[in-house]
Amino acid sequence: MNSAINETGVDKFMKIFIYIFLTFALLIVLYPLIYIISASVSDPAAVNSGEMWLLPKGFTLEGYKMILENDEIWRGYLNTIFYTALGTLINLAVTIPAAYALSRKDLTGRNFFMGMFVLTMFFSGGLIPTYLVVKSLGLIDTIWAMVLPNAAAVWNIVIARVFFQVTVPKELEEAAIIDGCSNFKMFMKIILPLSAPIIAVMALFYGVGHWNSYFNALIYISDKDLFPLQLVLREILVLQEMSSQSTNLTGNMAEALHSKQQLAAIIKYGVMIVSTLPVIIVYPFLQRYFVKGVMIGSLKG
Amino acid sequence: MNKKPKKKKNRKILQNWQLYIFILPAFLYFFIFHYIPMYGIQIAFKDFVPSLGIWGSEWVGFEHFTRFFESYYFWDLLKNTLGISVYELIVGFPLPIILALALNEVKDGLYKRTVQTVTYAPHFISVVVMAGMIIAFLSPATGIVNHFLVLLGFDPIPFMSDPDWFKTVYVFSGVWQSTGWGTIIYLAALSGVDPQHHEAAIVDGATRLQRIWHINIPTLVPTMVILLIMNVGNLLAMGFEKILLLQNPLNLESSNVIATFVYQAGLLDAQYSFAAAVGLFNAIINAILLITVNQIAKKRSETSLW
Repeated sequence: MNSAINETGVDKFMKIFIYIFLTFALLIVLYPLIYIISASVSDPAAVNSGEMWLLPKGFTLEGYKMILENDEIWRGYLNTIFYTALGTLINLAVTIPAAYALSRKDLTGRNFFMGMFVLTMFFSGGLIPTYLVVKSLGLIDTIWAMVLPNAAAVWNIVIARVFFQVTVPKELEEAAIIDGCSNFKMFMKIILPLSAPIIAVMALFYGVGHWNSYFNALIYISDKDLFPLQLVLREILVLQEMSSQSTNLTGNMAEALHSKQQLAAIIKYGVMIVSTLPVIIVYPFLQRYFVKGVMIGSLKG
Repeated sequence: MNKKPKKKKNRKILQNWQLYIFILPAFLYFFIFHYIPMYGIQIAFKDFVPSLGIWGSEWVGFEHFTRFFESYYFWDLLKNTLGISVYELIVGFPLPIILALALNEVKDGLYKRTVQTVTYAPHFISVVVMAGMIIAFLSPATGIVNHFLVLLGFDPIPFMSDPDWFKTVYVFSGVWQSTGWGTIIYLAALSGVDPQHHEAAIVDGATRLQRIWHINIPTLVPTMVILLIMNVGNLLAMGFEKILLLQNPLNLESSNVIATFVYQAGLLDAQYSFAAAVGLFNAIINAILLITVNQIAKKRSETSLW
């Protein structure tokens, strides 16, 4: 709209400066991502000695082969898929109906419910009391500890509520009620068919959350058969590096650690990619949904 | 509303009973996993013995708090917690705004989309992978960052084992991961600017920088204030998961924050009551900060959370 007007020297300089700044930001973010991909298929020796800067050197798929042969990673992967599917399903079953009910002006007590939910954003019992509740419910070392303590997120309920307020015409609801439609029927027949976009956004937000979460597993799960992928990754990517600095290890442990370190050195970049792969694959298709979700949420707090 | 006869109100509740079924799962969830823990906070003032339960355990008053305040690590914990948070706030808060303002100036759709897509991406990397990347890239012997440093003629830096570097590593890795994603909300606000303002300003001979300064930035102020309040309210709770992953015995002196200490004392050492007291201290400070900043914002800019 401003192309018709001659740009002054200051403006031109500013424009160039902006482009340089953005290109710099682009490269800073992009470089580590490309580096990881290259490193995952390069000769580990070339990576570690610093001979590989950007593009793969000494191409090998040895790392990926070892990842595929590693039972722990497989089991973690399957567990995570399971937790993500189950968890997201529960999240949706809790969030969508609650958000719809809260969007209805004729719900007596909606301010009470809203207030009760929102308060938890600012004040909580904290780590220890929450842990004690989960423990006393007998959820420790069960799959439920991975999905129930995060069954809903206030922010997502707010986003979904705003969606319903904005997209469902009041007249439609009123007409349905006058025609004798029950709330159940209205939800199933009218609301749900209209909610595909918000269900998609919510499934993505919650899904990525479950896929990437490790802290619940860290505090509630000690059974290795139940470990999600992120905990397996933690052992490979983080723990081996740190424990190499402590010296008082027994011979057996040190040996096990040593073999783990050897393994980790070869597969560390590969597992970063393999574990992020589902999100990477989904991301380009769904980016606009993610963005839309954030924007819906920012419309109204 | 209040004057409405009670009968009518009751009838409305009965009529809509199904809506209460819709909200029931959420209600139960928040009640069980958020409000019962709030009830459990009282163990901070008790000597919690699991076999006696929360109710049966003995009251000890502020003993756990006193013990925490008098401990030799109290000031270190507070210093680290505040230090890391404030550092993060100062570096991390303005960057998404600057990036959003810059992106907003770009009319070339493809280039803009490319920058956005790429800078959003790190947001979806899990915190464990992020920690793995940091450790791998910063390794003194094999990390790419140190290979660069050596190439430029510097000595390699043992980032992860040098306490002086911890905060910087933590803050800048966070900037790398979340700046792009943080622009979304500002870009949404900027898309609401009326183009006529810009046209009028151009006619009046305003430069690009002047337009950014006098039109775009004022538009962003309410969003900035809200986000700032939220960030300050979370000042003591930020990024605990990443800190826990990056922590090691060598950088502990600058990486130990209240939240990681609660995890250590409560879950690893099973000092439930003591850890709950420390956690409560943290939560109270957070609440005070949130309320204070909100009040200031209300007075100064008429924008506030409530």
